Amino acid sequence: MNRKKHRYWLDSPDNVRKLVYGLYALCAALMLLDFFYHKHTNFPFENWFGFFAWFGFIACVALVLLAKQMRKLVKRDEDYYGDV
Amino acid sequence: MSSLNPALILVLGALPALVLKGHLRAAYVLLLPVLSFLQLYTLPAGIRAEFEILGMLLTTLHLDRLSFMFAVIFHIAAFLLILYSLHTRDRLQQMATLIYAGCAIGAVLAGDLITLFIYFEAAALSSVFLIWARRTPASYGAGMRYLIVQVISGLLLLTGIILHARSSGSIEFTQMDPGTPGGALIFLAFGIKCAFPLLHNWLVDAYPQATVTGAVVLSAFTTKMAVYALATAFAGTEILIWIGLLMTAFPIFYAVIENDLRRVLTYSMINQLGFMVVGVGIGTELALNGTAAHAFAHILYKALLFMSMGAVLLRTGRINGSELGGLYKSMPYTAGFCVIGAASISAFPLFSGFVTKSMIMEAAALEGYTLAWLVLLFASAGVFHHSGIKIPYFAFFAHDSGIRCKEAPASMLCAMAIAAVLCIYIGVFPQTLYALLPYQIGYQPYTLTHVITQLQLLFFSALAFTWLVRQGLYPPELRSVNLDADWFYRKPGRWLAEHAMQSIVAGEQKMGVWIKRLSFSAGTRLHRHHGPQGLLAKTWPTGSMVLWVAFLLGVYLIFYYVY
Repeated sequence: MNRKKHRYWLDSPDNVRKLVYGLYALCAALMLLDFFYHKHTNFPFENWFGFFAWFGFIACVALVLLAKQMRKLVKRDEDYYGDV
Repeated sequence: MSSLNPALILVLGALPALVLKGHLRAAYVLLLPVLSFLQLYTLPAGIRAEFEILGMLLTTLHLDRLSFMFAVIFHIAAFLLILYSLHTRDRLQQMATLIYAGCAIGAVLAGDLITLFIYFEAAALSSVFLIWARRTPASYGAGMRYLIVQVISGLLLLTGIILHARSSGSIEFTQMDPGTPGGALIFLAFGIKCAFPLLHNWLVDAYPQATVTGAVVLSAFTTKMAVYALATAFAGTEILIWIGLLMTAFPIFYAVIENDLRRVLTYSMINQLGFMVVGVGIGTELALNGTAAHAFAHILYKALLFMSMGAVLLRTGRINGSELGGLYKSMPYTAGFCVIGAASISAFPLFSGFVTKSMIMEAAALEGYTLAWLVLLFASAGVFHHSGIKIPYFAFFAHDSGIRCKEAPASMLCAMAIAAVLCIYIGVFPQTLYALLPYQIGYQPYTLTHVITQLQLLFFSALAFTWLVRQGLYPPELRSVNLDADWFYRKPGRWLAEHAMQSIVAGEQKMGVWIKRLSFSAGTRLHRHHGPQGLLAKTWPTGSMVLWVAFLLGVYLIFYYVY
């Protein structure tokens, strides 16, 4: 990037790394919170340790990896319908 | 004035907007939704305005708590959308917006099926101009397909109404049985408008082809009219739970691989509609409250997201994730508003989605729908993934695309700011929204369990995204088209239609030759009998005339007795 141009905080990879580590720390803290309060739940499995945390993580990884496989089936050229 | 329908203020008031100019027009179009809203507000609760036409009693205005709530949010939306569209000089679009909004309001205030049908059709007709107004061949085609689907839905609705009226003797718009032929057709008609799975493609096809403002306007009304209609007519119909679950789950896969960011938003819209449909299907007071509240919040944050993407499209001329990135440098305010919309749709605590979506999930849990609850939880994580992260990330952050442009126009920023404030206000003060709900129930969204579990779900979804991106596993944004159910009518359907057309044309040509021959021989015959020397050109005796009349009467009588 041109030196004269304004450098934004996010332009620095170090800062991005800080954000990512911040996210890791936050996730760890949220997971640990499960030790410290009593959950009011409707289903027994909600009481498993960190249920919502690992559900969210696995759901998203599965979603993205499945969607990636789906591309093999449904992806076509941009002008497939001939109207672009 | 006391029972004047607010819808008429918008629909009829839209006409002068076509001739007014400059600031006067801007002031006028902004004032109309305000006036209409004041009229709605002064209407006494439970009012019914009826009039008789062709022996039918039409209830053009029927105000209950559910219709009031939808009418309120439609007014707020109409005002914001008009404000958002002030930068455009295209008067047709603003007029279409006002008429379309007016029709949507008329539809939710309709007390009978005929009035509902008329407003549904008028909404379809007025809204298609928001697609065509982009004036590209692609938008013309998409608009046509949109219109055809809407008209088919309208025809199903009309047929359903006729069958329903014949069997029940009433055209009142109230709870119906989807098991009767009439009820089933009406159910299907609403289902098309609500983007049920396999009937949903008009939405993902047409909305991204609409103009910058058009897509925002479209996102607010048609589908929510359908949600209102389903909630009024088919609350507690269990199949809606399963339909709704499909709607929440399948579009998020498409949203992950879709490149056009406005199309990503349409897929996420089906996902959100799915939550509402599930709520209607469960049909308890909590669930229906959840549906109404979620529709209310959804219109605001979805409009906000579409507005931010519209601003990006306006300023950069691009909307594909593969071509954008780093725009927060040029459009910081738009980026900020987009993030607020993203946080709202993802149901972060203190944002609107958090206090509305959870009512539907709670209702599902209380009724013991374990599988449904798990699918909704999956969909909640998924919606954060593609609407909450993907949209802002690929448009405003990610790698810097190098695009430098102006910030969005002031009118757009104002509209986005108001929508953003409302999203946060609802999230922070949910009781204001709950006071509008159809049923009075005590629901408390801010419990320790709810806040922590929701934050866990969301931040671990974000963690998954971060991990996938850093591992290089995240699918890149690619210029492509993804096949969906519309393939059936856009490829084989089109092929069939074209071949049918060709054979018709060919047949016509063959027919033409035949017709020519026939008409020639008929001409000579006519000349022979009716010409100057012809037998039938002579004056006829009265007797033969009587004979012919008797013959015709005889034929008539035979038909009369047969049928």
